[in-house]
Amino acid sequence: MNNTCVLVTCPMFTYLEQELETRFNLIKLWDHSSSKAEFFNNYSSSIKAVVGNTKVGADAKLIDSLPNLEIVASYSVGLDKIDLDKCKQRGIKVTNTPDVLTDDVADLAIGLALAVLRKVCVCDQFVRSGNWISGDFGLATKFSGKSVGIVGLGRIGSAIAKRAEAFQCPISYHSRSKKPNTNYKYYSNIVDLAANCEILVVACALTEETHHIVNRKVIDALGPKGFLINIARGAHVDEPELVSALLEGRLGGAGLDVFENEPEPPEQLFALDNVVLVPHVGSDTGETSKAMADLVISNLEAHFKGKPLLTPVI
Amino acid sequence: MAPENPSHPSENDLPYVLILKPPPSFVIFGDRFFNSTKFRFLKAYESPLPLAHFLLAHAQSVQAILSSGGAPVTADTIRLMPLLRLVVTTSQGLNHIDLSECRRRGIVVASAGTIYSADCADSVVALLIDVLRKVSAADRFVKQGLWSSQGEYPLGSKLGGKRVGIVGLGSIGSEVAKRLEAFGCSISYNSRKKKPFCSYPFYLNVRELAANCDALIICCALTDETHHLINKEVLSALGKDGVIVNIARGPIMDEKELVRCLVEGEIRGAGLDVFEHEPDVPNELFALDNVVMSPHNAVFTWESFEDLRKLVVGNLEAFFSNEPLLTPVGLDDQPHFSG
Repeated sequence: MNNTCVLVTCPMFTYLEQELETRFNLIKLWDHSSSKAEFFNNYSSSIKAVVGNTKVGADAKLIDSLPNLEIVASYSVGLDKIDLDKCKQRGIKVTNTPDVLTDDVADLAIGLALAVLRKVCVCDQFVRSGNWISGDFGLATKFSGKSVGIVGLGRIGSAIAKRAEAFQCPISYHSRSKKPNTNYKYYSNIVDLAANCEILVVACALTEETHHIVNRKVIDALGPKGFLINIARGAHVDEPELVSALLEGRLGGAGLDVFENEPEPPEQLFALDNVVLVPHVGSDTGETSKAMADLVISNLEAHFKGKPLLTPVI
Repeated sequence: MAPENPSHPSENDLPYVLILKPPPSFVIFGDRFFNSTKFRFLKAYESPLPLAHFLLAHAQSVQAILSSGGAPVTADTIRLMPLLRLVVTTSQGLNHIDLSECRRRGIVVASAGTIYSADCADSVVALLIDVLRKVSAADRFVKQGLWSSQGEYPLGSKLGGKRVGIVGLGSIGSEVAKRLEAFGCSISYNSRKKKPFCSYPFYLNVRELAANCDALIICCALTDETHHLINKEVLSALGKDGVIVNIARGPIMDEKELVRCLVEGEIRGAGLDVFEHEPDVPNELFALDNVVMSPHNAVFTWESFEDLRKLVVGNLEAFFSNEPLLTPVGLDDQPHFSG
């Protein structure tokens, strides 16, 4: 198995690369960025597996250039950077990392909501800068009891709901279809969800249908006393509309882990006290990164040993 | 003394409530915040007289005081008010009121009850997630434009599965427990006494609690017994991977020792709403990314202040109508704080 060529698309996590290196012939795509043509000549027919992530996945171009590709094992749960249709056509297997990161992402969603409503980051800055000596801080917004609307009630959305319920937050949601076995209020229209909640959390998968699902109408419905939390994908939100709503005070605030153009979030948001920005760290804990890496490795090992995949997508 | 208002002559008959210093709500909302048709305020702070003289001159028939954390009710004050029967406080803590003297005189104390418990618990969770997941530090990182230039941000630590030790399982501690359980944390606690009907593991000794948890949350009252309760021994037991969150009172922690532990990496991090000498905060903390601080404002939300307004007015109106108070404190149960 040590001769099996596995391509990793970008630096992800040292532990993952180390573990891949002990088991496979690991090829790092970024080591060959200056000589792409040469690289593909030398390696393309021997690469049997690709390990991608939310930054660099496996698009049609990459898949087309790898004639013997058998499996794409994504170091993420999101699949938006993988051309699934192409994989289906070619019979290429795809795995991802569900469940192991659900808790961390849900924790961050609540953490962002608390940070925005209770102005945690602003408070910290207030104390750190010595301003407490000269004056009082003022009031923030209570989080407990606020109505929470979740877009996408999958694993992560449900985990967010469970946490918010412990704060007595009434839960409602929008999904492609109503979920059985839940008492949460369902809205078939996301604008209605936004109009009827105080904190809107985006937790769905990015697909063609959900691109820019949070648009001007949704933002207007959420309004100047409403808050947007996004731990899903930057492309779920019409970012220029979000920025102008925040700058003009038409939206109460936002907590964002993802952006349309990572790693360059809109600079106009940097000076706003009612906005908390973090650099796509939803699953970035030591514990979860290792669990995700172990799952990628297990899936690859299973594949090359002819055993059932642990978390296949297709 | 507050000037009489000629356009409301009946106000002259209203009983007085003494205020020694303006409470935070007066500072934020103005001094009509607790207005009622059933009483009026006697504002000691508007007089040039020293307090003792003021009380002798104007407060001899005053039966009630509205106190706040920054306006302590000392034995001296109580002794200068022979008809004092009620102290209403706007704060969660009672450590600024001489409870022994109140008990001796049969003076009733009305507290904030549980109106602040949710906000305090929310603060705990906010600070804990921030420390473990580096929210504020990451927010600074992004807003300084460092994400595009420096790239990857250091990994945080998972909250789920952490063992949480709560010091003081009162109303606030219970609300903290309820919330953190939903994140997959396991709860244990230390209290003056074991709580009946409570399934969380109980530790009689704070040091032992600290040795058996990953996150130590301080939710207890400040009393003679809890002064510097969190000391070198406890912090050492908490250890390198441990986090501490304090939304109770600064003096419950040995702050010098806490700062030393944080600077030398002997604990993982801290979330602090309170300090020993507010608003002075040890400067060494300002350079640390694993510390998240707030200016003693865990209860400072619009909603809590509105709840407070209703509660204070409700307690005072009940008192002056000879009706039961909304949130009387059982003084026999209260430990002492020497101040």
